[in-house]
Parts: sequence; C-alpha cells; structure tokens
Amino acid sequence: MAREHITTTVNGDPVEFLCDTEQTLLDVLRDELRLTGSKEGCASGDCGACSVTLDGRLVCACLVLATEVEGQKVTTIEGMAVGDQLHPLQQKFLDHAALQCGVCTPGFLVAAKALLDRNSNPTETEVRYWLAGNLCRCTGYDKIVRAVLDTAAEMRG
Amino acid sequence: MARIVLTGNLRLYTEGVTELELESGSIRSLLRELRRRYPDIPEDIEDELAISIDGVLHQDDWFAKIEPDSEVHLLPRIAGG
Amino acid sequence: MAAVEKIFNDTITDRETRDKTLKWVGTRAPRPDGVDKVTGRAKFGADTYLPNMLYGKVLRSPHAHARIKSIDMSRALALPGVKAGVTRDDFPDHPAGAVQPAGEMVINYRDMTRNIMAREKALYEGHAVAAVAAVNERVARQALSLIEVDYEVLPHVIDVEEAMKPGAPLVREDLITEGVEPVPEEPSNIAKRVEFGHGDLDLGFSKADVIIERSFKTQPVHQGYIEPHACLASFSEDGQAELWCSTQGHYVARGHCAKLLQMDVSKLRVTCSEIGGGFGGKTVVYLEPLALALSRKACQPVKMVMTRDEVFRASGPTSGASMDVRIGATKDGRITAGEAVLKFQAGAFGGSPVPAAAQCAFAPYDLENVKTIGFDVLCNRPKVAAYRAPGAPLGEYAVESVVDELAKTLEIDPLEFRLQNAAKEGTDSSYGPKFGPIGCVETLETAQSHEHYLAPLKPGQGRGVASGYWFNIGGQTSATLNLCEDGSVALVVGTPDIGGSRASLTMMAAESLGIELDKVRPLIGDTSALGYNMLTGGSRVTFAGGIAVHGAAADMIKQLRERAAATWDVPVDDVEWHGGQAVAVNGYKDQEDPMGLLDIAKDMAKSGGPIVGRCSTNAQGAGPSFGCHIVDVDVDKETGRVSVARYTVIQDAGKAVHPSYVEGQYQGGAVQGIGWALNEEYIYDENGKVENAGFLDYRVPVCSDVPMIDTVIVEVPNPTHPYGVRGVGETPLVPPLAAISNAVENALDIRFTELPMSPPRVLAAIESVG
Repeated sequence: MAREHITTTVNGDPVEFLCDTEQTLLDVLRDELRLTGSKEGCASGDCGACSVTLDGRLVCACLVLATEVEGQKVTTIEGMAVGDQLHPLQQKFLDHAALQCGVCTPGFLVAAKALLDRNSNPTETEVRYWLAGNLCRCTGYDKIVRAVLDTAAEMRG
Repeated sequence: MARIVLTGNLRLYTEGVTELELESGSIRSLLRELRRRYPDIPEDIEDELAISIDGVLHQDDWFAKIEPDSEVHLLPRIAGG
Repeated sequence: MAAVEKIFNDTITDRETRDKTLKWVGTRAPRPDGVDKVTGRAKFGADTYLPNMLYGKVLRSPHAHARIKSIDMSRALALPGVKAGVTRDDFPDHPAGAVQPAGEMVINYRDMTRNIMAREKALYEGHAVAAVAAVNERVARQALSLIEVDYEVLPHVIDVEEAMKPGAPLVREDLITEGVEPVPEEPSNIAKRVEFGHGDLDLGFSKADVIIERSFKTQPVHQGYIEPHACLASFSEDGQAELWCSTQGHYVARGHCAKLLQMDVSKLRVTCSEIGGGFGGKTVVYLEPLALALSRKACQPVKMVMTRDEVFRASGPTSGASMDVRIGATKDGRITAGEAVLKFQAGAFGGSPVPAAAQCAFAPYDLENVKTIGFDVLCNRPKVAAYRAPGAPLGEYAVESVVDELAKTLEIDPLEFRLQNAAKEGTDSSYGPKFGPIGCVETLETAQSHEHYLAPLKPGQGRGVASGYWFNIGGQTSATLNLCEDGSVALVVGTPDIGGSRASLTMMAAESLGIELDKVRPLIGDTSALGYNMLTGGSRVTFAGGIAVHGAAADMIKQLRERAAATWDVPVDDVEWHGGQAVAVNGYKDQEDPMGLLDIAKDMAKSGGPIVGRCSTNAQGAGPSFGCHIVDVDVDKETGRVSVARYTVIQDAGKAVHPSYVEGQYQGGAVQGIGWALNEEYIYDENGKVENAGFLDYRVPVCSDVPMIDTVIVEVPNPTHPYGVRGVGETPLVPPLAAISNAVENALDIRFTELPMSPPRVLAAIESVG
C-alpha cells in the first residue's frame, strides 16, 4: 500500500515524511525523523512520555495519527533549548534534581512549558493537576513540582 | 575457635545443629571444615550464602579473615532490586 | 576490609578530619548526564537504530497454563519481509540443577531458558512461545498472526493459598518442596520452605501480657518503570555479537545471554543504554536472548521493544502474599516474642524473595525470641522479579501493622514503643548477626521530635508511622581513571546509572583526587571496557562504586607521586599528594614547585607512559539502612478514597554524597509505596488473564495524588566505606505500606489487613462498620 506524504513543521523547521496510515505521530517522530526525545511508555495516552504540542496544544503523540499533522506546527523536546541556551524549565529541572532516570523528563518539560505558556502563576495544585497526565515512577513528583513553581516565579521576574 | 551460627535451612544438612565452633582462618577454610564434618552440605553451598563476620557482611569472599574470637553467621545470599 | 584499609593508609587521613575538609561530597553538584536528559538527547533502550535493522516481535501465550503440543512457524516464515523466527527448539535446554552464581544470586538456567521461551508448557498468560524478526513492525505483527500453536489448555492457579492446597493444578509436575523434613513424597507448588529465628517462642509468648495475631493479604504489584524493556542485538557471521539494551546490569545480561546462546562471554559485547527505571525489574533478561537468537539467524540487527501491555503481562512483578504475624509484649511495652509465617507467590519458577522477607521482617527490633517461616510458591504468573528491597515491604507491612496495634492496645505512643524495642549497635539482629553501627534509633528519635509528628491533625485525619530496613549489598565493581594529556580525567565505571550515580561517583573521584569536579568526566563503559561489574541494584552503587572509584584514585595518586618523585629525583616516600598536587615533604620541602595533574600529564609519555588508576574489587561490608516514615491521611467516607495529606521520610544514609539524589530516592520509594498501599494490583479474569495491563487501570500515583514528600537525611557513617556511605535506594519502599495502613486505622478505627486499600474496599469496610 502506498505511503502517505506529509508536509509539516517540526520545531520551526519545514519537514516532509512518508508514513503508513496507521502510524502515529510518535512512531514518525522517532522512527522516521529520529527525534527520539519523545518516548513511548504506553502507546495509549496514559503516561505522557510522548507529550508534544500541536499548534500550541499539548497532546500525546501516540494518540495523534501521523497523517493528522499535515500543515500543522509540531514542537517536541528537541525544540525547547535554543542553541546552547537551555529553557529556564530545563535548567530548573537540573538545579532541583527533578529527574532521576530521565525517561519521563522530556514529556514533563513539554507539558510544563505548555502550562507556563498559559498560566504564568500557577498554584501548586494547578501544577499537579496539569501534570497529572505525566507519569513518573522515580521521583515521587516532589522536585518536579518545585522546579516548575520555581521556574514560574523566575520567569515572572 | 570461632563461633559459627547456621541460619535458615542449613540446619537440615547438620542434623539440626545450628551452632558450632570451628577453627578460625578464612571463609574458605571454614566452609571446607563444615563440609568435612557434614558431607551432605552441597559443594557449591557458598554460592547461596552471605557470611557475616562480627556483623560485617561478606558475599563471595574466600579469603576474608575469621579470627579466633569471631562470631560468624551463615545467611542466605542477599539480592536487591 | 583489607582493601579498604589499604586505601586509607595510602592517601586519606582519618574520617573526622576529612569530613571537615570535604569539597564535593555532601554538596548538590551539577549532574554530569543532566543536560542530555533534559534535552532528549540521552539514548534509552529503544532510541537506537542501525542500518539494515529488523524488528522483532514475540508471540505470547493467551492461556495462563497450557501444554504446547506443537508450533508451526512455516506460514509466518514464508511471509515476505520475515527474515528469521525462533521457538523453544532454538534454545538448548539446561538440565535441572544447572545453577551458576551470577553476582547477586544463583541463577537456575533450566528455569531461565523456559522463562524467556516456553518449552513444555506455557506457564502464564503472556509467556513467550515464539518470536520473529521482519523488515518492519507491521510485517512482524502480521507474521505472529500466522504462527500456529496447538495448546492443550490446563487448569491454572494464581492465588498463593490456592496454589498451596493439595489438589491444586501443578505448575511443575515434579516439584518436591526443598527445606522440609522428611522430604515430601508428592509434588506440590511449594518450591521451598525456609525458617529463621532464635530463642524460645513459647517461653517468649508466655511472658507476654498482650498478644496480637493478624493475617494479611496482598496482591502482586509491578515495579512500574516508565520505559518498557528494549534492546537491539547485532550478530556477525563469525559469531561475535553486540547488544544494546536497557538493563540494570550489562555484565549480568551478557552472562545470561552468553549462557542461553552457548557462546563465549567475551564474544558478546553489551552496552547499557540509559535506563528508564528498573527498581529491580530490569535485573533479568526477557527480550535480549530472543533478539540475539533472531539476529544470529538473520545476520542483521534485530530491535525488540515491549509494549506496555507486554510489560504487564510478561515481565516479573513482585509477589502477592498471605502472611500471619503474631507478636507478644509486656504491658510496659517490651516485645517478648515475634512470629511470622509468610507465603509468597514465586510465579512460574521458584525464587520469590520470601527468604529475605523472613529475615528482615523483624529487623528493626531487639528480640530474644523470634521465628519466621517462609514458603516460596509457584503459580501461573510470570516469575517474580526483584522490586526494591525484595520481600521486605511485605514482611514489614505485616509486622509494623501488628506492632502498631500492640502500641495502641497498650496505650503507648507508636514511636516510643518502637524505641523501647529498637535494634542498636550490638543487638543480635532478627536474622542472626550482631548489628554494627546502625541508624534505627536515630531515625525513630528524629521522627519523634519532627514537626510533622508534633503537628495537630485536622478533624477526620489519621496519622501512621512505620519503620523499615534493608541489608544492602556490595559486590564486584571495577572503575578506571584515565589521565588525559591535559590533566583532565576520564572516569569509567560499569554500573548503569538509574538515578544519578554518575554524579555521586564523579564527586567521590574528584574528592579523592583533590581536584575540581569539572575536570572529571564520567562514562559508563560497555562490558569490554572494565573488569566485571555486578548489576546496579541492592543499593550498592554509591557504596561499592564509591569504594572502587576511591581505590582507583588511590592507585592513580600512587603513580602520580612516583612520577613527581622521579621528575624531582627525590625518594617517593618524600612526596605526598595534597589538594590535587604532588608536594615534596620532609627534607625536600619547599625545594620543588608542586606538580598538579596537568604538570605531570604533559610529560607522562616521557616519565613512564600513560597513567591509569584502576580498582577492581568485591566490595564487602555494606551497611544497612533504617528508615522511619510518618504519614497523615484523609479518608473520604463517601467514596472510600484515601488521600495522603502529609508525608515525611526519615532515613539513615551513612553519608549523603549528593543530598538531592538521596532525597530523590526517599521520595520516589515513598510514592511507590503509596501506590502499592492504596491502588496498585493486578486484576485477573476467570481464565487467569490480566484485565488491567495498562496504566489507565493499573493505577500508579500521579502528580495530583500526592503532596510534597518531606525528607530528613540521618547520617550514621558506615565504617567500611571511605566516605561513610550506606546504600539508600531500597529502604524507602519498606515502611510505606504499614505507615499508610496505620494512618488509615488511626483515621477510621478500622484495621485493614488487605492491600491495596482502594476506594471500593475502604468504602465497603466503612459501610459494614457504620
């Protein structure tokens, strides 16, 4: 069966790829584009390790068909740092030791950025509920929440 | 003579004896002496043991010293996760 | 011990002096692998691709127990795009008793061969029956559907007590229980009986004023690592192979795979990827031997990744258990006797952690009379794998619950009760040896005076406490420090980094060498780079890795002094190493400018060649870590939902090399315990199939379920480590089950003896009481 030809934008760059109709955006990001920062933890939208944004909206890439991103703007963890400048969230995660094994970290960073893009002064409860779609098994979430709150405070100046 | 305490199922090889005194030396010499006294003890028993010498835990340590006044416990090997 | 003492004599002065001058150890230094992890650059198990790569997939038994009469691969292998297939015929059998030490434990290869690929029977739903490698995943999945397996479905058994009953379906028809006299004549599902203890139980109980006896039941839970098992194997035509995998121990994986594939260990090079969680569940192999076998047939690389569904169905969880505990105490709060009978699920093959559970269930206490009996029981579930202090969370759940009831009955504060009976240095432990320096009392006293314990509870809330313990281990560890021409240093270690150990090992290297932290770059070498390294687990890396790194530093310092001495034409005994420099002393003091690493490195080719510090050791003397948890809960009486309102972990680290990552272990383990206590369990249908094989219905704690987890690091140094380190990674999972259960009891006056205390169960209990 012929593959679909998709034209899209990923992290600000124009990208074209071929895919099967049943491939998800996550499959394509990883297997076709070799952007392996987005991870597959469950393939059912329950763990958030594949969090990306689609036209600014936070989604699980495993729940988006690759064909759906035609003409859309995809941003992934690979687009978060600019050159050698880490995003404040990335730096705060390091400062707060908000990661241990690090496999859930890309998903958390993308999700947390999506939160701070909308709400520059979230409460702890708002942070916790926004991030409830991202599973972490190593940290118990404490340092992750602290890092996000600290980043918000710093970005507010 | 060092005091040797057998824990767990080791007593099944020693007709119920759980405490004995053996010549001190090393873990290897202790196990040899133990097997000499109780030939039912498997050849490779050491692979299933952790050995505490005066409260310090050893695993796979043939030449660890056992002093004449040492207290030695033979425990099942410890794993982790 | 001898090796560690030698290191002390060579370079470092006494501990107290050194502690005052520590520059890196004990600080919150930047993590060397951090940037790659926050940018998505770090490569985990499924993140590697090779040219000409195939995708492997596994056909798994849909039955919990079935004889495999035949497997027909012909249609699958004929499908265009399928390059290889394997079944039981492709793995040589190992006879019963083919056991081999493999670091932590003795491995039964007869069992392992059958676990990675079913032979006579499928022993659990999800058991691997065949595997194929194809040009893409779609073809591989299609190929699976073309494999024809003739199963004879057999009755199955899962619950541990059901499995112990006479007449239960036998998982292994010829299994005779070990550890029982006289030896049983009939086979059963009971692989082993173990017994520990000392003293006279009857005498002890006769002295008790109060005796409490309870039975407990728990369900199996999964370690829940977010990254599924993944590997990439590449076999060459000459029989040499490369394996890239997500593992807690690449040397261990190498050994298992070499044995299962009957190849020389040195012909297989294993590289560990970054690992997305393990907690004990990645100390074994599942896909790796299959990928290697497929690659060997196809002579192309084969990548295999488990789906989340496969992780739940086919990888080893921890045991479900039935436990009976009886403890007696005098009216002024002294425990006189303790007894426990623990029955643990082992899964399809023997080897549950019931011996360890039996040994450490009563470890926090100084008991004259104690006896624990354990049963290791087969059932139609995957072979259990380690989960953070394997066995201890279950044993402590039962014991700490009864201890709590005793304290309440005797109207003694639960921490005070524990303190009155606490194990101390010199106490005969419940499993035999005398304790050396330990932090049990310190953690309890810290809890007693902690603001959390003193804070008033809100109406309806309950508070619980519990103690926990794990032995910790040392083990074979190798490290190398390579001096680069510009004076910087490459540190090569062989233990996969699960939670930040590269940071602490680098800090210890810089400290021991006396140099700047950013002059040391850590790398985790593949299996060809170093001598043997036991896996990352058992809370051993900061302890044993630290000893090896310190030893490598001492070795390097010896060489550095020799080079400086030769350069100055001075006896080496008159050269010391201070503050990262070689300094002439005694009669030669002030005659020469000190030489730092750069000074020596730039001429090392001429002064004798490369300078490499090495240490290979089998670290002994791991110090145990005690912990005490305090938890406050709210219970919603309309929904049965228990929420954790406040949580404090107090645990002895010996010496926290990097406090942030020690805190991280405390917090992570506590939250895993919250999940285990309140929600996690496998749910089976009547055919023994898992109904909740995904994160939606296998409910682990999410961010909104838990509060901040406060931590207190207690430090009772471990004398066998150059910096006093005790392993900390496992103990945090030991207290939470009982602490939360005790808190719920405090809130509701209902003692739950079954886990998880999920909303339906709690609601039912509330309704039946009220």
